[in-house]
Amino acid sequence: MLRAKDNFAPRAGTRVAYLSLVSFALLAIAVLVGTMIGPAGPQWWRVPIELVDRLPLITVDSGVSPEEWNIVWQIRMPRVVLAVLVGAMLSVAGASYQGVFRNPLVDPYLLGVAAGAGLGATLVFALRRSATENWLIDPLPLAAFVGGLVAVFATYMIGNTFSKARSSATLVLAGIAVTSLTTAIQTFVLQRNNDVVRQVYGWILGRLSSATWGDVRLILPYVVFSCVVLLMHRRLLDVLRVGDDEATALGMNIRRVRLTVVLAATLGTAAAVAVSGLIGFVGIIVPHTVRLIVGSSYRRVLPLSILCGAIFLVLADIPSRILADPAETPIGVVTAFFGAPFFLLLLRMRKNQV
Amino acid sequence: MSTLGFCDLSIAYDGVIAVNSFNDILHSGEWLCLIGPNGAGKSSVLRAAAGLVKYSGSVAIDQQEIPATSAKWRAKHIAFVPQTPLMPENMSVYEYVLLGRNPYIKHFASESTHDKQVINKVLMRLDLAQFAKRMVGTLSGGERQRIVIARALAQEAPVLLLDEPTAALDIGHQQQALELVDDLRREQGLTVVSAMHDLTLAGLYADRLVLMHQGSCVASGDAQTVLRSETLAEFYGVSARVHHEADGTVVVIPQRANSN
Repeated sequence: MLRAKDNFAPRAGTRVAYLSLVSFALLAIAVLVGTMIGPAGPQWWRVPIELVDRLPLITVDSGVSPEEWNIVWQIRMPRVVLAVLVGAMLSVAGASYQGVFRNPLVDPYLLGVAAGAGLGATLVFALRRSATENWLIDPLPLAAFVGGLVAVFATYMIGNTFSKARSSATLVLAGIAVTSLTTAIQTFVLQRNNDVVRQVYGWILGRLSSATWGDVRLILPYVVFSCVVLLMHRRLLDVLRVGDDEATALGMNIRRVRLTVVLAATLGTAAAVAVSGLIGFVGIIVPHTVRLIVGSSYRRVLPLSILCGAIFLVLADIPSRILADPAETPIGVVTAFFGAPFFLLLLRMRKNQV
Repeated sequence: MSTLGFCDLSIAYDGVIAVNSFNDILHSGEWLCLIGPNGAGKSSVLRAAAGLVKYSGSVAIDQQEIPATSAKWRAKHIAFVPQTPLMPENMSVYEYVLLGRNPYIKHFASESTHDKQVINKVLMRLDLAQFAKRMVGTLSGGERQRIVIARALAQEAPVLLLDEPTAALDIGHQQQALELVDDLRREQGLTVVSAMHDLTLAGLYADRLVLMHQGSCVASGDAQTVLRSETLAEFYGVSARVHHEADGTVVVIPQRANSN
């Protein structure tokens, strides 16, 4: 006999808690492996011993010299931490964009943030990158950050001016227009400055190789702020799944929610792009993989996207260091190369289930 | 238990007038059915009351004008069932009905125990408990209609707006859906406004019919008064016989134009 005080709510809670725990464990392992592997530096198995040695009150002899430790701490560590931040940011931003635009193919670069950042970076390269080497603050991430924000701001203004209705389609179209225009300017600048094409191309493909603790400090506040704001909207993104009209009839101010989510996601994405270039695919593949595992509710998708995005990028960064040793393989190439087949495999497994 | 009043309600889309100075007052627990040809403004009246289109004039609940700026206040007082609701395929029925609690949940908070109790009660009342874990995409048309009504009930609003509630249903499910609305209205004193195309069904369930034509109300009253063959010919351009059953039911039967 069913009674009103019975709880009919699906018991998703325990499973999500379990998956979060597993994700945290995987992230810890990924981070550890990320600090162990790389050209130069100590033998890989000595790193965990040295890490234990560095804990208070414990002394173990790991045989890692101070120079080798320097490589681990100053080169590998910031790189791994940056991968955590950028991966988490791109994934959660991608999931949020897909939510507010109710379009599964949307990525965080939709409204022009990538193109704007690309133009900003291109301008820095074209205006003699070498001259900025001794500057107190590296202008490259700043220019990319500002370029990205300006492009999205332009998209938003255009979209709002031309659309009286509450439609998001105009905004998407405005994003395409701004992206085209920005890319055109970028191409023009590149044509006039043939010598920097290679550098710009390398930047566009994305890399974590030059990561420093400075980069981490630079983007940490934006990423944390953005993730917190997006997580706060996870229930509202679920309400938005029934469409603008019905969400309004259910008492939601969709304009305000959409604006806040887009701004937060863009701010974080621009920060990530500024230090790592354009790492494609993460913002689409990670949220969808999470959806295939825990269902489509944003209350579960957003937090798990943060964790899984971080894991994915830390892992993707490892082959990018060693595949073409001693040269670097751009991480964007790795994410697409390993991400696409993995995603297809997941889709196939899902199909067999249904 | 609330009255619903429309005062001088006018709606225009890009300068084209859709509703022109619509006035009506529903007493508490009344079922009003808006009828009229396509484009007469029936849906526009409902959408205005639900806060989905801009309008001039006012919509009032218990003589209190709905504030234009508070979507939450409106959603606590008016529940809207659209003609073709957007059904997220991969959402569970429970999660879907839970959306109806949105006006009561603080912006960044999540649902309370009370919200869950309301959902459980609604699911029990509509015999949906065994569907709670099913995905919306796996439901049939009749089941979908019931969960949309469940979501509207979860809003605990005294006014229920239904836009073409039976358009996508077969005759059996049409009857089930309308009987359900009627039962709920009697149990909970809901004030109901529906837009409908099936005149016989409209006359059967509604307390009162309002016939709209080109954005204005042209006739109002019970089925006997409004559903007359001259009136239907004038505003629908239809040739129809109106048959009065012994129990007072009014049946509208379309005729072939050249069969007299």
